[in-house]
Amino acid sequence: MVNLTINGQKVQAANGTTILKAAESIGIKIPTFCYDERLVAHGACRICVVEVAGARSLMASCTVPVTEGMIVQTHSPSVIETRKDILRLILANHPLDCLTCEKAGNCKLQDYCYEYDIKESGIVGTKKNYPIDDSNPFFSLDRNKCIMCGKCIRVDNELQCTGAINYNSRGFNTHVGIPYDRELEQSTCVSCGNCVSACPVGALSSKNHAKFRSWEVKTVRTTCSYCGVGCQMDLQVKDNKVVGVEPVNMAPNDGLLCVKGKYGYRFIDHPDRLKTPLIKKDGSFVAATWDEAYDLIADKMRNVKENYGSDAFGGFSSARCTNEENYLMQKLFRAVVGTNNIDHCARL
Amino acid sequence: MTNGINEILNTDVIFILGSNTTENHPVIGAKIRQARLNGAKIIVAEPRKIDLAKDAEVFLKIKPGTNTALLNALMNVVLEEGLQDKEFIAERTENFEELEAAVKKYTPEYAAGICEVSAEDIRKAARLYASAEKASIIYCMGITQHSTGVNNVMSISNLAMLCGNLGKESSGVNPLRGQNNVQGSCDMGALPNVFPGYQPVAKPEVIEKFEAAWNVKLSSKPGLTVPEMMKAAGEGSIKFMYIMGENPMVSDPDTNHVKHVLEHVDFLVVQDIFMTETAEYADVILPAAAFAEKDGTFSNTERRVQRVRKAVEPAGSAKADWVILMELMNKLGYDKSYNSPDEIMDEIASVTPSYGGISYDRLECVGIQWPCPNKEHAGTPYLHKGSFSRGKGLFKGIEHKDSAETTDKEYPFILTTGRVLYHYHTRTMTGRVDGLNAKVSENYAEINPAAAAKLGVGEGDVIKITSRRGTVDIKARLTEKVNENVVFIPFHFAEASANVLTNSELDPVSKTPELKVCAVAIQAK
Ligand code: SF4
Ligand code: SF4
Ligand code: FES
Repeated sequence: MVNLTINGQKVQAANGTTILKAAESIGIKIPTFCYDERLVAHGACRICVVEVAGARSLMASCTVPVTEGMIVQTHSPSVIETRKDILRLILANHPLDCLTCEKAGNCKLQDYCYEYDIKESGIVGTKKNYPIDDSNPFFSLDRNKCIMCGKCIRVDNELQCTGAINYNSRGFNTHVGIPYDRELEQSTCVSCGNCVSACPVGALSSKNHAKFRSWEVKTVRTTCSYCGVGCQMDLQVKDNKVVGVEPVNMAPNDGLLCVKGKYGYRFIDHPDRLKTPLIKKDGSFVAATWDEAYDLIADKMRNVKENYGSDAFGGFSSARCTNEENYLMQKLFRAVVGTNNIDHCARL
Repeated sequence: MTNGINEILNTDVIFILGSNTTENHPVIGAKIRQARLNGAKIIVAEPRKIDLAKDAEVFLKIKPGTNTALLNALMNVVLEEGLQDKEFIAERTENFEELEAAVKKYTPEYAAGICEVSAEDIRKAARLYASAEKASIIYCMGITQHSTGVNNVMSISNLAMLCGNLGKESSGVNPLRGQNNVQGSCDMGALPNVFPGYQPVAKPEVIEKFEAAWNVKLSSKPGLTVPEMMKAAGEGSIKFMYIMGENPMVSDPDTNHVKHVLEHVDFLVVQDIFMTETAEYADVILPAAAFAEKDGTFSNTERRVQRVRKAVEPAGSAKADWVILMELMNKLGYDKSYNSPDEIMDEIASVTPSYGGISYDRLECVGIQWPCPNKEHAGTPYLHKGSFSRGKGLFKGIEHKDSAETTDKEYPFILTTGRVLYHYHTRTMTGRVDGLNAKVSENYAEINPAAAAKLGVGEGDVIKITSRRGTVDIKARLTEKVNENVVFIPFHFAEASANVLTNSELDPVSKTPELKVCAVAIQAK
């Protein structure tokens, strides 16, 4: 354990803890762009700088580990001035698109400009002028909004490990791209959207099929309904409609999803959904009430049981349904029908 | 899985068999690659050059249906070179002699002939796997969907036990469960021979227990599996079928037979969220709520019981499956009602020892891995620590057996099936997501360019594929991914459906159909 002081408060932190984490542990929030607790910190954006007594310059709190006796100021005048300068520099070549940007309300750049009272850059910079890469069906990449935090590239190369995107060119022209600057759709990208979930600004953003602002949605934590990995995800809900999915950073998926989990939710409110019980009459389906359907099924079941016995029934349960539902399905067949002819698609 | 998913990250060697992990369990695929970045070595044995093959130290492009021969040869090398874990064998296993005798003839050279891979690669893989401190075997349907599936699985545990790579952290045998809750369906006793928690219906004390819990008389006669029920319904002894959330018209082998059964069964109830190919044949269709419209739990492939939460109201007058089942039970005179799924979970916990300590209040923040026998138990990340369920691990000497159908003059190609990243099972859901359809919009058959050239077939040409059970017309996709004698068709599509061709021959024990191998003929159209 290491003892230090942050903003005058005494703190104890385990060896190797970063200043950022130690501050967080006592409720002090330091802004970050490029930091992601799943990745090796690489200190690219410097928005997280803090003042450490005795140090010659400000230090990136996401990379510097605490040491015994350290005295840290996270919001001193020079720290705040530096953060403002960083924000001004970013804004110098950032389109001020907040009115229509998909990310508004959930954008770190917007949040920090608000927090640090930055209205405009004041620096005359060269604006970037990249075409928007719209080639992927699920998300787009607007490099003009990119702040070069590198998170997408690191998530892709270190966590998702697909290695589709990387840094192209050098200097001011450095940008996120794929070999030969072709469009994303020409790359090895698997549309997992993990880069999109990591992007702190609106550069990588999902093509939403419904318009929503982040403050209009409620989130509901659930388990992905596709494969057996069981990824944890937050459904974003607006007006009784699932409008987006965000990964949760916990076991088993640790903030990752695949394309089906991230973007495969749009079947939920599809017009083809079955909305009422249907009974087949003369070869075609006719809408029925629940009671009509239940009564018909119950009559038929009694009839078959009387004439042919319980083993004339076959129940197919479902690996897509919940535990509780599978339990009730086998209970229906065993306890109520009286047969063990109950199985599901485990072998398929 | 005997291990947890994140234990993969600390493994030294990962041996992947019959699993196209990056497409079918993508996030586990990503974790495998993270492990590789951490220094883990990867071995892949697969009939197709899947994406993970490029991450592999050794890639064994085996002929479909030859897993046991390969595994026997790996064990032959391990024994030949003295790489086995003698201590583990002595302390934790029995019947080693039988295994030793059985693998004797499977020299790498002998197996290389059967599996169509190089003997040297077999040696390399064996050394790599056996010398690892912690090694994990990951497998999926490429192992189980064979008429010899159970043999394959037993051979895998033979290998793991031989090298002592079992029952410790990051070391084990890890079957990946394909569907979100296939683990849970099995746990809940949606199986013909066991009650929840794998308690056998044939055991009198188990019957007694459930009779007391449910307050009814129960049958102790094991029931029929899905393929057996299909057969029984085709022959007329099953009159009433109730299918919840399944689409056998696309997912099951030998579609023509399935169609015949669904047309002829006296009464068919289908409960689903969409009008599926199967629902078309129903007498009554009950509209169900989708996952986002209900509460409940799923158990993932690492046995983790996790919450499913209701986010939106069900479509139209659709109801959650549990509500439908409960209301129907009540109609039939069984008066048990539940106000919400957590009450069902409490009942599950009361009759299922491995779920004994599970309740919704404990699942609020993070899931629990079963066995979790009581409220104080934290759950079990990995299985078989210290001992196996039966005490000692039992070695079984197993011979390689050919697939039920092998190639001949008339049907010279092996057809194997699987999934693609962008679709799920029968596309009931993914087929209704535009972007996913934009990625893979129609069915195709992968065929080796050399084989295609001989048939005069070019990229995108429609070819006719015929098996003993049916014929499909399908677009050819030319790729070196498959060998010259192999074709691959994803089974998602109802059009040109792979399962029109597949063989419904079953593994005699698990009753799993041999979806991964059948013989077909190919013609240019
Ligand atoms: S696209 Fe987003 S995540 Fe990627 S470097 Fe730019 S700002 Fe960062
Ligand atoms: S997000 Fe992908 S990997 Fe995760 S559970 Fe869903 S389908 Fe499986
Ligand atoms: S967050 Fe610390 S340098 Fe970017």
